[in-house]
Amino acid sequence: MSETAFELSKEGAEFVKKELSRYETKHSAIIPALYQVQKENGWVPPAAINYLAQLMELPESHINEVFMFYTMFNKVPTGKLHIQVCTNISCSMNGGRELANKLCKHFNVKPGEVSADGKVTVSKVECLGSCDTAPMMQVNDRYVENLDFDKALRALKEMGV
Amino acid sequence: MAVQETKLLTEHYDKNEFQGLQGYLKFGGYEDLKKALKMQPQAVIDEVKASGLRGRGGAGFPTGVKWGFLPKNNEDRYLLCNADEGEPGTFKDRMMMERAPHQLIEGMIISAFAVNSKKSYIYIRGEYDDSIAIVAKAIKEAYEAGFLGKNILGSGFDHDMDVYKGAGAYICGEETGMISSLEGFKGQPKLKPPFPAIQGYLKKPTIVNNVETLAAVKYIIRDGAQAYRKYGTEKSPGTKLFSVSGNVMRPGNYEVPLGTSLKDLIYEYCGGLRPGRKLKAVIPGGSSAPVLTAEEAMKVNMDYESLAQAGSMLGSGAVIVIDDSNCMVDLLDVTLHFYHHESCGQCTPCREGTGWISKITHSIKNGEGTVKDIDLIKAVSEHMMGKTICALSDAAAMPAISFVTKFRDEFEYFVKEGRSKVKEVAHA
Repeated sequence: MSETAFELSKEGAEFVKKELSRYETKHSAIIPALYQVQKENGWVPPAAINYLAQLMELPESHINEVFMFYTMFNKVPTGKLHIQVCTNISCSMNGGRELANKLCKHFNVKPGEVSADGKVTVSKVECLGSCDTAPMMQVNDRYVENLDFDKALRALKEMGV
Repeated sequence: MAVQETKLLTEHYDKNEFQGLQGYLKFGGYEDLKKALKMQPQAVIDEVKASGLRGRGGAGFPTGVKWGFLPKNNEDRYLLCNADEGEPGTFKDRMMMERAPHQLIEGMIISAFAVNSKKSYIYIRGEYDDSIAIVAKAIKEAYEAGFLGKNILGSGFDHDMDVYKGAGAYICGEETGMISSLEGFKGQPKLKPPFPAIQGYLKKPTIVNNVETLAAVKYIIRDGAQAYRKYGTEKSPGTKLFSVSGNVMRPGNYEVPLGTSLKDLIYEYCGGLRPGRKLKAVIPGGSSAPVLTAEEAMKVNMDYESLAQAGSMLGSGAVIVIDDSNCMVDLLDVTLHFYHHESCGQCTPCREGTGWISKITHSIKNGEGTVKDIDLIKAVSEHMMGKTICALSDAAAMPAISFVTKFRDEFEYFVKEGRSKVKEVAHA
């Protein structure tokens, strides 16, 4: 895909246009618009920023600034399953880091890297607000809790890897 | 279990039907909204003031007093619910939104009526997809039932409510950071004053309250301020949800009166530690709260004043219980990595300071530290406090100072021996 070729689906573009008038200011639609790009594309490519700037009639620099600030917007492509293992304090106390390291080894990736078959990315992330079920991971938008390595692998297998 | 929780807010959380409107109505849902709409708005504010309710998100500021800061005119004003729950160790708001979304919505409509706000948002952290879907559905149900929209229940009061999904930034839990984010910008906090009550969302008067705070308003209206004050202490009235995690037998959310002893919370409610383990430390109010030694923890009560007196804070009510299998150098390293990652970057003491103390701690953990580094962590941290727009810098400095002061022996052992006094540490 060339730099200028990004486009949302027809429904996606309509969604963004609706969001522009949903809030008191159209700027508030930037985060929802970036989510829409990510939903359709898996990550937010540089060309999407320019595309949104034109669609939303907002400065490209502003959209880019918002995009760069928030960690949930993927700056690079991820695998089909984005496995985010919490390594903050309560999860670390209960084996979160060991779990993340084992998953990296199992899928033969470094943290943040996409596996050779494109199926997974394993990331270490900060507190996901599920500390009573530590260690835990978020796979795409799903929380998988009370884990050990075997249980994590079983859950991932059910999701197709 | 030997002890019972005091289930005021969480009374019906064990019932699945409580999540939907029909189930909620069965257990007295929206009855307190009806009651409030027959009162004068100022009477609702007075009741909340009299209850002594304090903000449950972290700062503990009296809610009624905060509401009282709004200008006395008819200018548009906003009510924002802070559901960005990001303080490590905290997971109560997620439970509240998923088990009882209408409880929050009812508390919000009552609060909005009190402060005469026609529009509110619930800002929910982006990772909480389930909470977002459940709350959005509940808002739709509330509109259909006439609890939201124009002329609510014939009272003449109009109110609209919407959900906004955050996108992964701890700093958006800070009220002015959240406002920046909702306005469509980077979630950077703004200088105060002006406080949001005077100039907040889109420069309009704005009240920002936590999920638990807004939900509690319903019960203050239901039972009255005096009945609410039967729970808790004189200066910390009411019940509080504590999110307990770490090395306890039964981690989870517990609703207990403020002033409950930390000892009871850990040993009675949460079933104590794992067999053969000894308590080493407790972080009583989320990872930014100064750590307590086991000895301090066994003497303290869980209310705002007692924890402040013990040199820590109640914060969001996230209790992280640490047993003797943990290395304190390791846990400080994990904690500071987080604050460095989450610094929004606009104030130098925070942007640079969180990086420095994180790197120094990390080098100690890698066996490359010196005794001077321990003092350096403390010195840098002291220069990070009270010098920035928001409290994130302090949130990193407070654990750093308390860890290296109270567990200095572990830090010294590490720099002298090049390894942990306790165990092989994992590297993230």
